[in-house]
Amino acid sequence: MLAYIIRRVAQSVLVLLVVGLVAFAMFRFVGDPIDNMLGQERTMEDIERLRENLGLDQPFIVQYYKFLGNAVQGNFGLSYRQGRPVADILMERLPATLELAFVSGLLALLGGIALGIFTAIRRRGVSANMIMTVSLIGVSLPTFLIGILLIYVFSVELGWLPSFGRGQVVDLGGWTTGFLTKSGIQALVLPAITLGLYQMTLIMRLVRTEMLEVLRMDYIRFARARGIKERAINFRHALKNTLVPVITITGLQLGSIIAFAIITETVFQWPGVGLLFINAVQFVDIPVMAAYLMMISVMFVGINLIVDMLYFAIDPRLRVDRGSGGGH
Amino acid sequence: MKTKTVLAAVLLATTAMTGASAETLRWARAGDSLTLDPHAQNEGPTHTLAHQIYEPLIIRDHSGAFQAALATDWAPKEGDPNVWVFNLRQGVTYHDGSDFNSEDVVFSITRAKSENSAMKELLTSITEVRAVDDHTVEFVTDGPNPILPANLTNLFMMDKTWTEANNASAVQDIAGGETTFASTNTNGTGAFTMVSREPDVKTVLTANEAYWGKDEFPLDVTEIVYTPIQNAATRVAALLSGEVDFIQDVPVQDLGRVGDTAGLVVKTAPQNRVIFFGMNMGDEDIGNDNVEGKNPLADVRVRQAMSKAINRDAIKKVVMREQSQPAGMIAPPFVNGWNEAMDASSSTDVEAAKALMADAGYADGFSIQLDCPNDRYVNDEAICQAAVGMLAQIGVTVNLDAKPKAQHFPLIQNDETDFYMLGWGVPTYDSEYIFNFLVHTRGEERGSWNGTGYSNTDLDAKIVSLSSETDLEARNATINEIWQVVQDEQLYIPIHHQVLNWGMTEKVVTEVSPEDDPKIKFFEMN
Repeated sequence: MLAYIIRRVAQSVLVLLVVGLVAFAMFRFVGDPIDNMLGQERTMEDIERLRENLGLDQPFIVQYYKFLGNAVQGNFGLSYRQGRPVADILMERLPATLELAFVSGLLALLGGIALGIFTAIRRRGVSANMIMTVSLIGVSLPTFLIGILLIYVFSVELGWLPSFGRGQVVDLGGWTTGFLTKSGIQALVLPAITLGLYQMTLIMRLVRTEMLEVLRMDYIRFARARGIKERAINFRHALKNTLVPVITITGLQLGSIIAFAIITETVFQWPGVGLLFINAVQFVDIPVMAAYLMMISVMFVGINLIVDMLYFAIDPRLRVDRGSGGGH
Repeated sequence: MKTKTVLAAVLLATTAMTGASAETLRWARAGDSLTLDPHAQNEGPTHTLAHQIYEPLIIRDHSGAFQAALATDWAPKEGDPNVWVFNLRQGVTYHDGSDFNSEDVVFSITRAKSENSAMKELLTSITEVRAVDDHTVEFVTDGPNPILPANLTNLFMMDKTWTEANNASAVQDIAGGETTFASTNTNGTGAFTMVSREPDVKTVLTANEAYWGKDEFPLDVTEIVYTPIQNAATRVAALLSGEVDFIQDVPVQDLGRVGDTAGLVVKTAPQNRVIFFGMNMGDEDIGNDNVEGKNPLADVRVRQAMSKAINRDAIKKVVMREQSQPAGMIAPPFVNGWNEAMDASSSTDVEAAKALMADAGYADGFSIQLDCPNDRYVNDEAICQAAVGMLAQIGVTVNLDAKPKAQHFPLIQNDETDFYMLGWGVPTYDSEYIFNFLVHTRGEERGSWNGTGYSNTDLDAKIVSLSSETDLEARNATINEIWQVVQDEQLYIPIHHQVLNWGMTEKVVTEVSPEDDPKIKFFEMN
């Protein structure tokens, strides 16, 4: 187990380094930050001076090396756009994204599993089929369109919920939360639905398929034959056995909820790291882009690591396999 | 029940405190200010926020005219044309209570001229600023500079004592990895003081009770809540749903929607920004065309033909939904040197254009790449797409390459484009500014945005002479001569003047400022 973890951690670090390298190689194609940093009256001399001072005249490998050197000391530099330390900005913005991701993740997981079970058990029912049809919309409509539609219906036409922002937030010593105020919770509703809808339909379809498969298994039939209650069969035996792939997908999707909050955050002007990243790309704010990409990859790698370990806990076969020296 | 009573009491108390006339303006636009340091960025949204908190010596009101701010009057010194004398307003205090005086002006100008300042290019002619007494300041320039006041309208005054005490005398150096107190804190003389600010999220300002101009301006707004909303659809939705009172940038496709909604108003005015195409005429041969050994753009007939092929009225009607003014010169109408005849000179005549192409030896046309931004000007990419079709009529096959501004502008800067779109605003309201950046031969001091490769030493000499010509009539005559050459040479292909659209609820009353920099102290609230 320990050797396995060490190996996985070493792989993760390698992945991080490669992500950083690729990111730095790509930054030059995003554009030139100098132009955004200086006004239209700047002279050629200003441009050269700033480029040199920022080290942008150096090859990207050198820039990357310097970034890494500072980053391991916890220094991510100053944002070109805001002129403030990148670490401070990220910490300010992270609570907004994490709260949004948490709520929409929860929504997706609970809603997805419940609807998945329902549609699997009543797979010939009218309502189950309707849910399946509607879920197609959730999978196929792009996020920004769902967001705009929700804003149009619930903010503009009905006037029930705010169309942008986070509402009133409460500062709990470095962590701002919207959970404690009415406007904060209201502001969460539309973005959370927008962000969670796709994941919810995904989980629902996954649970349904897995359930249908499991329900056909011999042990379920035997359980039925023994006269065990339908409820116990469905929830204790069938559901438990569908959970391994669901956990994998949920774990991976949690990462993408945070990473792809970018679109939802832009539509709802949600002040999280996704919006920060979009601004950084438009401005070619290299320190912010680099730190954000590293943060996201740390998160993905971390989540994968945890999911791998959860397998160990849930599925005893994996442990046996490892013990007998088997590969994959 | 008890809590409700308490709540009601608190609410009553707060209403009583702020008075019956308390008016909050909830204001949104696409971008946010980049820094609170008034000399660190020379950029629209940054200056706009600074204008509420800080003040320059002179401001422009919403019609674009000069208005006395921290200076009460100004004039060249008698007997010495190289010196401007500014008399400062008395009895002005900063938000922290300290007095505004000539020492602060000397300090602020010196700070704005320092190496890291983004404002220094507007002040290059100033060699010395000296305080004559507490409320008189003299600006010494390296020659007579008749338009110096125009360069000071975004030059904010900071308190010397406050700035020095907080170690913020130097303008922030981002490359040096430092943050400064002045980039996150403010102490101005303006009509509003900062209450709180989260960059890109929300900025709250409240009326400055001790403001000197209390009787001079409407000052109906007592609190400003400024929230950037990037997504255009969300911004419009926020106005439609009543979550904001004023948005600065209504997208053209939503003008009808906003204007037709009861309780909302759209106000439109020409902006200080002209959109045009530039062409590389300087090189012997250019890389992005299919003509070998020659540069078709070097022939003035080709440039004229291309201009004649552009149907500006069609662009106005179809692309801009009537929100533009077709242009014949690359000066916005407010600018000294603009003249109506020249601005109306662009005409569409495809037959004449074809004849010109044939004369120039390009009867079969040629192909070229057009570089265009897609996130900078109103419908920039769509304008370029329209131009592609129009130029095809005279045989010019255009490959359009539209990119984000961060990639587009370096092309112009590094001479990597032969045919490009550019927009230009003129903060000084004088043609010299346009000539310095767009017409003068590209060099160390001037011509930094001239991507055409055009170089004319006679014209350069005339442009340089403008900066020190004190006889305004002679100066205007020279400006006119230069414009004549620019027009005859078809140095640029003007497209149109951009139009600003501000959307607001009926209770907000304001004119649209051509600089797109609302100064909230001018706002009246119904």
